[in-house]
Amino acid sequence: MAETGAEAGAGGGGLEIKPMDQFVVQPLFSDGPVGMFTVTNATLWMALAVACTALLLVMGTRGRAVVPSRAQSVAELAYGFVYKMVEDVSGREGLKYFPYIMTLFMFILMANSLALLPMSFATTSHIAVTALLAAFVFFGVTILGFVKHGAGFLGLFWVSSAPLALRPILAIIELISYFVRPVSHSIRLAGNIMAGHAVFKVFAGFAGALGLFAFVPILAITAIYALEVLVAFIQAYVFTILTCVYLKDALHPSH
Amino acid sequence: MATETTESVLGEGDAAASGMPQLDFATYPNQIFWLLIALVAIYFLLSRVALPRIGAVLAERQGTITNDVAAAEELKLKAAEAERAYDKALADARAEAARIADENKAALQEDLDKAMEKADAEIAAQQEESESRIAEIRDQAAANVEQVARETAGAIVAAMGGNPEEADMDAAVSSKLGGRA
Repeated sequence: MAETGAEAGAGGGGLEIKPMDQFVVQPLFSDGPVGMFTVTNATLWMALAVACTALLLVMGTRGRAVVPSRAQSVAELAYGFVYKMVEDVSGREGLKYFPYIMTLFMFILMANSLALLPMSFATTSHIAVTALLAAFVFFGVTILGFVKHGAGFLGLFWVSSAPLALRPILAIIELISYFVRPVSHSIRLAGNIMAGHAVFKVFAGFAGALGLFAFVPILAITAIYALEVLVAFIQAYVFTILTCVYLKDALHPSH
Repeated sequence: MATETTESVLGEGDAAASGMPQLDFATYPNQIFWLLIALVAIYFLLSRVALPRIGAVLAERQGTITNDVAAAEELKLKAAEAERAYDKALADARAEAARIADENKAALQEDLDKAMEKADAEIAAQQEESESRIAEIRDQAAANVEQVARETAGAIVAAMGGNPEEADMDAAVSSKLGGRA
């Protein structure tokens, strides 16, 4: 419905593009308000992300072959990619939390990729979604830090390598940056996905209005699409590697 | 028309009216609820099924590769050993062949030497015999010369009107030929 809205607006003579309508959360089976348990388009595309994850990582590895099939190779590649990232960035103790990080990576990657299908809904373009993901990481890492090191976790803010006079100032800066982490963590992902999809819609609106010269925005959309495929992966990667970095801080708070 | 329907959907929150469905807080509980379910579902899928399985497959592959490398190493050692044995057999065979050739050569040389010795002996015996025959023939020839000389001298003396005495003639011829005979 969001798509038809944009197209109808563009097709109606004036250049009335509604690039944000595609992000509207709507009930799938009724016209009523969006309650907590209403099945919405967000529900559908999250479920598809879960299904695709299961398809790749569970169905793809069904053969358990020593010489892997194509799907199994991709699943192993994803596994090895995240496993190595956790090991390299967080250290060997971080591997205990590998399933959580893999969960985040697979959900974001699948949601980002599925959002690139026409008429789809970009779940990761919503602050509500990314903020929850980032909050998980933030609270998880903070609680883990205090559980592992007690008050010693506060050493993260006390830069012992700096001159003593500077340390309180640095501590304030570190503290602020620590609390900004989840904000930047979530807005980076939502912003990237939202911006990319809004640009698609704007160019699609141009294509509708330009008539014969529509090929120019269509070419532009093709190019941006390639970029967005890259962004879909890179944002999942960035979110995951930042999670690993924060995890490392919780495991080894001393500078 | 379509614009109106979207606006009626958007009209639920103040933020949505400003054009950012992301800021429509009315949809937050819904999204958070379904996201939690999705994450829990993925987490259980991964931690219960997918990750142990992939980890096991990777470990198994690593093991297989290690085993195969070890087996290859072993086979390589065996091949090197076989080559050494082959080289040794070849060298032995060469030495044996050389030894047999030397033996044959020595035997042949011995036979040859024997044959040569025998031939030399035969040649020497024949030569001796020939020499004795030659000496005999020469003696005979010398005797014949004396006889011929005596008869010739007798004939000459008779022709000159003398009466040659046998004994004188012999003495004269012997004295003339004495230097030679």
